[in-house]
Amino acid sequence: MDELIQYAPDLGEGFLNNIKLSLIIAVFSLIVGTILAAMRVSPTPVLRAAGTAYVNVVRNTPLTLVLAFCYLGLSDTLGLIFSTEVPLTNSFWLAVLGMSAYTAAFVCEALRSGINTVPMGQAEAARAIGLTFSQSITLVIFPQAFRAVIAPLGSVLIAMIKNTTVVAAAGYTVDVAAKMRETFDTTGVSIPIFIGIVLSFLVLILPIGWYTGWLARRLAVAR
Amino acid sequence: MSTSVLFDAPGPRGRVRNHLITGISALALLAVLGWMVLKFNEKGQFDGKLWEPFTTETVWVDFILPGLVGTLTAAALGAVFALLFGAVFGIARLSDHRWIRIPAAWIVELFRAIPLLLLIFFIWFLSPDLFGGGDYALFAIVLGLTLYNGSVLAEVVRAGINSIPKGQSEAAYAVGLRKGGVMRLILLPQGLTVMMPAVVSQLVVLLKDTALGYFIVYVDLLNMGFKTLPSVYPGTKLVSAVVIGVIYIVMAMALSAFATWLEKRSRRSRKTTARPIEPPGAVAGLPSGRPAPDGAVV
Repeated sequence: MDELIQYAPDLGEGFLNNIKLSLIIAVFSLIVGTILAAMRVSPTPVLRAAGTAYVNVVRNTPLTLVLAFCYLGLSDTLGLIFSTEVPLTNSFWLAVLGMSAYTAAFVCEALRSGINTVPMGQAEAARAIGLTFSQSITLVIFPQAFRAVIAPLGSVLIAMIKNTTVVAAAGYTVDVAAKMRETFDTTGVSIPIFIGIVLSFLVLILPIGWYTGWLARRLAVAR
Repeated sequence: MSTSVLFDAPGPRGRVRNHLITGISALALLAVLGWMVLKFNEKGQFDGKLWEPFTTETVWVDFILPGLVGTLTAAALGAVFALLFGAVFGIARLSDHRWIRIPAAWIVELFRAIPLLLLIFFIWFLSPDLFGGGDYALFAIVLGLTLYNGSVLAEVVRAGINSIPKGQSEAAYAVGLRKGGVMRLILLPQGLTVMMPAVVSQLVVLLKDTALGYFIVYVDLLNMGFKTLPSVYPGTKLVSAVVIGVIYIVMAMALSAFATWLEKRSRRSRKTTARPIEPPGAVAGLPSGRPAPDGAVV
């Protein structure tokens, strides 16, 4: 217990870094994921193929590899540098880049599967009563698709938060996993520290699961 | 795209517009690709000297193959134990006895919520204290993969068995089978057909997660490609990253394709009327049977 109290401020700082990363990555991956989903459902074959290729490649690559590639490949070799003075700022944005690119593929799949849950008859009915393209999209299809997307997006968000523990692969070594490792290196393994960190993740993750689950059930389209 | 829910079949003007967008987006994509090639070239990454090592036998025999063997060993062991763990805990969660059902539910929910890397670190640091000195890298990865993926698979097993129409077990009880017999002869054989695609998708996740061995210096593909190879052949970081990246993607895609094939097969299957279940989302506390997007477990 003493180790937990002694190292709590340091570990807490690491955990805050994970939260900070999660917030920024959530925004970027939602934006990129939406663009990718739009590409994958567009009537343009070239865009569809590009979106599909991106999603298939990224989804089948380990996140650790993506992050290490950003760090050692993009930054070290190709010279993509976000900050020349502070290495940690550089690796922070590299981690954001890699994780956003990775998570966006999953966001895209969640959004696309949401659109696919809307039955064809809904679109046909919308066209039949004379709604224009934008009307049928905004009044009929998206409201239904959005509801079907809440729970899957919640899963993607939770997985992303858990994945922020891997950012040390991008050189960002002040997140909670790297700090836990550092602490274990100095004091030896400590069960209270592990339980403390796990509990902080549970406190962060479980409410998101409950809330998105509750929201999805509440808004579910009765079919 | 007349089958799309979003777009009606285009008319003459729509077709012209679509062709225009196709042309513009093709140009834009080519520009992005060209820019990337230019960047690579600028830093001399197409230099034959950098790629040459990958045509020699030593690189493959001494570095890449041992790494691949390490990755596949961890994945195979992890898959076997995770399947066992998943089967046991999935069925335990369906038990009629509360003292089995509730602890099993707690364990499954807990291990699904712990970030896998933290779990692997913990096991890696804890093992020498418990079992004395030695190399616990493989042990930590396999146990971590087993606990996490096993818990996800337990949910797959539970959802699979729950998805079998109720009439099946009722009929089985009616003809005089007992609990064990209903499970063994009626529910599991049908459930297996239904859950196989989701199980294989989860094995793709497991294969990808073996890359976490990078952090605990386990001799796998990622460590070989990113640490060992560039130290022996300076300057090959990016090149070897591309090579091992391709190997990972090919392995995972082959497994994904297998999952898709299984799903199609299981949809046609006459063994059961239940539909194949979707791979579960990584959400703790959600009721089972909720359709999640394919591959929501990241």
